[in-house]
Amino acid sequence: MMQTRGELPNWVDVGLIPLINLCVALIASGLVVLIIGENPFEAMWIMVQGSLGSLKGWGYMLYYATNFVFTGLAVAVAFHAGLFNIGGEGQAYMAGVGAATVGLGLDWLPWPILLPLAILASMAMGAFWAWIPGVLQAKRGSHIVITTIMFNFIAASLVGYIINYGFRPVGKMAVESREITGAYILSAREVAREYFGVKIASSPLNFSVFLALIAAWAVWYLLWRTKLGYEIRALGANPAAAVYAGIRADRIIIIAMTISGALAGLMAVNEILGVQHRLLLGYVGGAGFVGIAVALMGRSHPIGILLAAMLFGLLYQGGSELSFAKPEINRDMVVVIQGLVILFMGAFEYAFRPALSALFFPLGGEDNQ
Amino acid sequence: MNLYIELLASTIRMSVPLILACIAGLWSERSGIVDIGLEGKMLIAAFVAASASAVFGSAWIGLFCAVLASVAFALVHGYASINQRGNQVVSGVAINMLAAGLAVVLGNEWFKEGGRTPALPPEGRFLPFEFPMLYDIPVVGTFAKIFLTHSILAYFAFAIVPLSAWALARTRFGLRLRAVGENPQAVDTAGISVAALRYRAVIIAGVLCGVAGAFISTSLSSSFVRDMTAGSGFMALAALIFANWRAYPALGACLLFGFLQAIGNFAQGASVDGFQIPVQFINMLPYVLTVVLLAGFIGKSVPPRASGIPYVKDR
Amino acid sequence: MTPAIELIGIDKRFGSVHANKDVSLAIATGSIHGIIGENGAGKSTLMSILFGFYQADAGEIRVKGKPVKIRSSSDAIALGIGMVHQHFMLVEPFTVLENVVLGAEGGRLIGPALVKARAELVRLAKDYELEVDPDAIVGELPVGLQQRVEILKALFRGAETLILDEPTGVLTPDEADHLFRILRTLTDQGKTVILITHKLREIIAITDHVSVMRRGEVVATRKTMETDVMELAELMVGRRVLMHVEKGPATPGETVLEVKNLTWKDRKGIARVDNVSFSVRKGEIVGIAGVSGNGQSELLDVIAGITRPASGQVIFEGKDIGILGDPRHVRAEGLAHVPEDRQHRGLIGSFDAAESAILGWHHLDSLGKGYRLDRDKVIARAKSEMEEFDVRPPDPLLKSSKFSGGNQQKLIIAREIKSDPDLLIVGQPTRGVDIGAIEYIHKRIIQLRDEGKAVLLVSVELDEIRSMSDRILVMFAGRVMGERGPDATERELGLLMAGVAQDAA
Repeated sequence: MMQTRGELPNWVDVGLIPLINLCVALIASGLVVLIIGENPFEAMWIMVQGSLGSLKGWGYMLYYATNFVFTGLAVAVAFHAGLFNIGGEGQAYMAGVGAATVGLGLDWLPWPILLPLAILASMAMGAFWAWIPGVLQAKRGSHIVITTIMFNFIAASLVGYIINYGFRPVGKMAVESREITGAYILSAREVAREYFGVKIASSPLNFSVFLALIAAWAVWYLLWRTKLGYEIRALGANPAAAVYAGIRADRIIIIAMTISGALAGLMAVNEILGVQHRLLLGYVGGAGFVGIAVALMGRSHPIGILLAAMLFGLLYQGGSELSFAKPEINRDMVVVIQGLVILFMGAFEYAFRPALSALFFPLGGEDNQ
Repeated sequence: MNLYIELLASTIRMSVPLILACIAGLWSERSGIVDIGLEGKMLIAAFVAASASAVFGSAWIGLFCAVLASVAFALVHGYASINQRGNQVVSGVAINMLAAGLAVVLGNEWFKEGGRTPALPPEGRFLPFEFPMLYDIPVVGTFAKIFLTHSILAYFAFAIVPLSAWALARTRFGLRLRAVGENPQAVDTAGISVAALRYRAVIIAGVLCGVAGAFISTSLSSSFVRDMTAGSGFMALAALIFANWRAYPALGACLLFGFLQAIGNFAQGASVDGFQIPVQFINMLPYVLTVVLLAGFIGKSVPPRASGIPYVKDR
Repeated sequence: MTPAIELIGIDKRFGSVHANKDVSLAIATGSIHGIIGENGAGKSTLMSILFGFYQADAGEIRVKGKPVKIRSSSDAIALGIGMVHQHFMLVEPFTVLENVVLGAEGGRLIGPALVKARAELVRLAKDYELEVDPDAIVGELPVGLQQRVEILKALFRGAETLILDEPTGVLTPDEADHLFRILRTLTDQGKTVILITHKLREIIAITDHVSVMRRGEVVATRKTMETDVMELAELMVGRRVLMHVEKGPATPGETVLEVKNLTWKDRKGIARVDNVSFSVRKGEIVGIAGVSGNGQSELLDVIAGITRPASGQVIFEGKDIGILGDPRHVRAEGLAHVPEDRQHRGLIGSFDAAESAILGWHHLDSLGKGYRLDRDKVIARAKSEMEEFDVRPPDPLLKSSKFSGGNQQKLIIAREIKSDPDLLIVGQPTRGVDIGAIEYIHKRIIQLRDEGKAVLLVSVELDEIRSMSDRILVMFAGRVMGERGPDATERELGLLMAGVAQDAA
C-alpha cells in the first residue's frame, strides 16, 4: 500500500508529492466554494485567520489536531501491517464508555490513580473494538474493511443504548452521563491561570496534547526500533516474505489492530476527560475518518501525521469560523476538503509522478544496474 | 394477517436500493474493480434526485440527474482505479466522504434548510402503483397488496437481476467482463481493451446506484436528509460478498437484509412478552448479521481473481 | 521465397534500459526459427513488439514482404501472428471452449460462437494432434494440456506465424517432445514458428535456424545444422563458459537432516510431496533435480517450516521439526533458507538493504536486547555482510529493490550463510543472476560444504545440479525417482525427471 515507484529522490516522494496533492485538493475545494457563489480566496483567508490569527484559534486548532493525531496514528499502524482500519470512529466511540465507566464508577479513587486508570480503560475499549475485526480477519478471512465499517454502525447503536440506559441520570433530558469530576485532564486555560497566573482565551485545548506527542513518539519507536514493529512493517510490505521469515501473519494482524484501536481510543481521553467531562452522544464527530486523511497525507509516518493533523486542525477550526462568518458555506465544507485530500493522497497518489519525473530527469532516469 | 402483508411489502421496498446497489457492485467487482463507494454514489444520487425533482417538479428529471451525478462519481473512481492505478478502497472511501460533504454543502446553499431538500409534491416522486379494486379479492388481493404496490423503480430493480445474470453469462460483453476480472492479461493479449471493459462496468455501476439513490429520496421518502443512505451501500456490499458475487444469490441476500430492516422499522415500540426491545438493538441487527455471516458461513469466499489489483502491463 | 516475418532495425528503450538495439531478423516461411539468449537479452521484448504489446521506438516490421504497423495485439492477430506466452494467458474458471473463443466471439451473443468453435476445435485437434476436451475447466487441466489450449487459441484466430515463449519450462521431457512433434507438423503445413528459449539443447534439437541475442542485440544468426552447443553458449554469454565448478571431493560426516516418508498435500488434497525419504550429511551437497513444478519447491517449504506435512517426519539434528510449522524455530535450530523466489520472498523491496539483511533473523539478541531492535547493530551487520560478499553498491541504506538481481541474491546468500547454519537449503540460487555473481555464489556454497556444513540444493538447471552436487536426487510428481552420483549422464537424469523409473544403478 505504501509502495513507491520510480527513481525520484526521497524528498520528492515524502515532501513534494504530498504537498502537490494537497494543493490540488485545495484548488478543487476552492472550485466548490466558487460554485456556491463565494470567493474561495476570501474563504481561505477567513479560515487561516480563524485558526492562526488568535490565541483562541490556536487553542482550538491544537485541540482538534490532538484528536486527529490519535486517529491518524491508529490508521497508520494498521496501514503498516497492510490493513485498512476504517473503524476508528467506532473504536473511539466505544473507548468513551471505558473512560466514563472508570471515571464515574471508581470515582472514590484519588485523581493520580483514577486518571491513568481511566486512560487505560479508554485504550482497552478501543483496542477491544478493533481486536474483534482483527481476529475475524486473521482467523476467518473476513475482510477487515467491511467488518470495521459494520462495527462503526454497531458501535453507534450500542453506545447510544448504553448512554441512554446506563449512564443517563434519572430526570435528565439530555442523553448524556453526569459530570465526570474524578478523572479529568487540565485544560490549558486552567493551567495558565493556576500555575502561571496568566489569563488566556478559553479553548478546549488540554493536556491531552502532550499525550498525543508521546503517542506519536511511541508509535515511531514501536515501528522502527522494536522487533514487533519490524514484523508489522514486513507483513504489510511483503506478506510472502513475512511468511518466509517466520512471521505469524495472524498474530501480527491481531496485535496491529489492537494497538490501532487503543490509539483511536485515546481520542476519547481528549474529548471525554479533557473537554466534555461527560459521556455524550456522537462526540467522535467524524474524527475517525479524518484520521484516514491524516494517515494518508502523513504517509503513515508519525512526523507526517503530526503535521497533517495540525493542518486538519487548521481546516476544522477555520471551517468553524468560516461557517460563522459566511453562513452560506456549511461546516461540511471541511468534509468535502477531507474527501478531496483522501482522493488525491490515496487514489491519485501517482498522478503527478510522470510530470515530476520529466521535470527532474528530462533526459531519462539513472541506470538501475 | 395485515401485519405480515405489511411486513412483506415493506421487505420488498427496503430491499430495492440494496438490490440495485448490490448488482451495481456485482458489475464493478466482476470486472476487477473493488467498489466501496456504493454508499457515496447512492447518497449523491439521492440528493440530486430530490433537488432536481424539487426544482423541476418532475421525478423523472430527478432520476435522470441523479444517474448523471452517480455516473460522474463512478467515473472519478474509475479513473483513479484504471488509469491512475490507485488504491481502490481508498478511492471508495474518498467518494463516500465527498458525497456526504457535497450533498450537505450544496443542499444548504441551494435550499437553505441546513442540508435538507424541500418536501416533494406527488409529481416529484415515484409513487407506488395502486390497484384498489383488487384488494378485496381473496388470494389475488393479498398478492396484489404485497407485490403490486411498488413504484416503477422497484420493478426495474427486480428486472435488473435476471437481466444482469443473462448478460454476464450469454453475451460477448459478459464473457469478456468476467474474463477481465479473473485474468486481465489474458484479455489484453487477446486484443481487447481492459480499460474499456472496466470503464463500462463502472458506468453500469454508476447508473444502478443512481437509480438506487433516486428511489430512496423520491420513492421511499419525499425529500433528502443528510446521511440518508445510512449504511445501505455497505450492506449491499456485504450481500454481494455473501452471495459469492453471483446475481441470483445476491437477490436473496438483499431480500434478507431488506427483511431485517423492515422488522427493525416495525419492532420499534413493539414488545415481546412485555419486555420492550430497545430500538438500538433492532437497528444494529443487519450489521451484526453481516459480521456473523462474514465470520461464520463464508470464511474465505472466492472473489474474482483480479479484484482490486490495478492492471499494469507486465514487462 | 519472401520471409514470413522481417524485423528491420528494431530499437526499443525502457527508460534507461536499452532493451533492443537496432535488431534485424528474417524468419523464413515454414521454418522453426529459434531465438536464444540469457535472461534480459531482449528476446521477450522483441517478441512483444512483434505481437503488438509494445511499439518499437524505431525500425520496421514486414509480414510476407509488406511493411506493416502493429499497434496492438489485435493488429498482430489480424496479420496472422499468434503468441503462446510463457505464463499462460488463460482464464482459469472458464472452459477450454470459452477460453478459445474469448476475443474472437464473432457476435454479440456467445451461444453461436461456442457452437462454431467446438466444430473448429475438433478439426484443429485432428490436423495437429492437439486433442483437448472442450468442456474441461482450464484451471483443472495439467500444464501440458493448458499449453495446447494456448496453441489452439492462436490457430483458431488463423495464425500463420506462431511465437512460443519459453514453452518447455513447465513440461516434462516427454511433453516437450510431443510439443516439438506438433511444431514440426505445423511447419510441414506451411506455418512458421518462432521459438524463444534459453535452453541450448532444444535449439539444437528442433530448430532450422537460430539467432543469438545478447544485451539487446542480435549477435549472430546460424543455420542450426552448422553450429553446436558450445558455440551457441559462447555467443550467448560472450566468453568461454566454464561448464564445471572447481571443487574437491566431499568428506561427509554424520547425518544432519533426515526426511522420512514425507507427504504434503495442497488445498485440493493432491500430494505434491509424496512419501519422500532421503538424508543429508555434514560436509556434502545434496542436489535435487527435476522439472519445475514437481514438488521440489513444496518440499523445501516443508523442511523450512513454512508449511506442515500431512504425514511423515523431518528430523533435523535429532529433532522432529516437521511438527513445528514455524520457520523461526527451525532457524533457531540451525537451518538457513535461501528461497527460490528472491524478489517475492527473499527480501522486502521497500525496506533498505540493512532491514532486508535481517529478514528471518530479526529476533536475534545480537540485534537488540529483548523487544528492542538496535538500528546501529542492524546496519553494522549488513555492512559487514555486504563487504564480505561484495554486494554492490555496499550501501546498507539503499532500498533493496534498487539492487540488481545478482546483488540481491548475494545479499540473501550472505544473510543465510552468516547465520552459521548447520544446514543450508537453497532454491534456484542463480536464476536471473549474472555470470560473475553465479560463480561467486557457487564458490561460497562449496566453501560452506568444505567447512563441514550440509547443503540441500534445488535447481531446475541440470548443469548446476550436476556440477555442484555430491549426490543427486531426482524428483518427479512429488516423488524421489532415484538417487545418482554426480557422474550420472544427462540421459539418465532426464529419464528420471520424466518419471521413468529405473532399477538402482
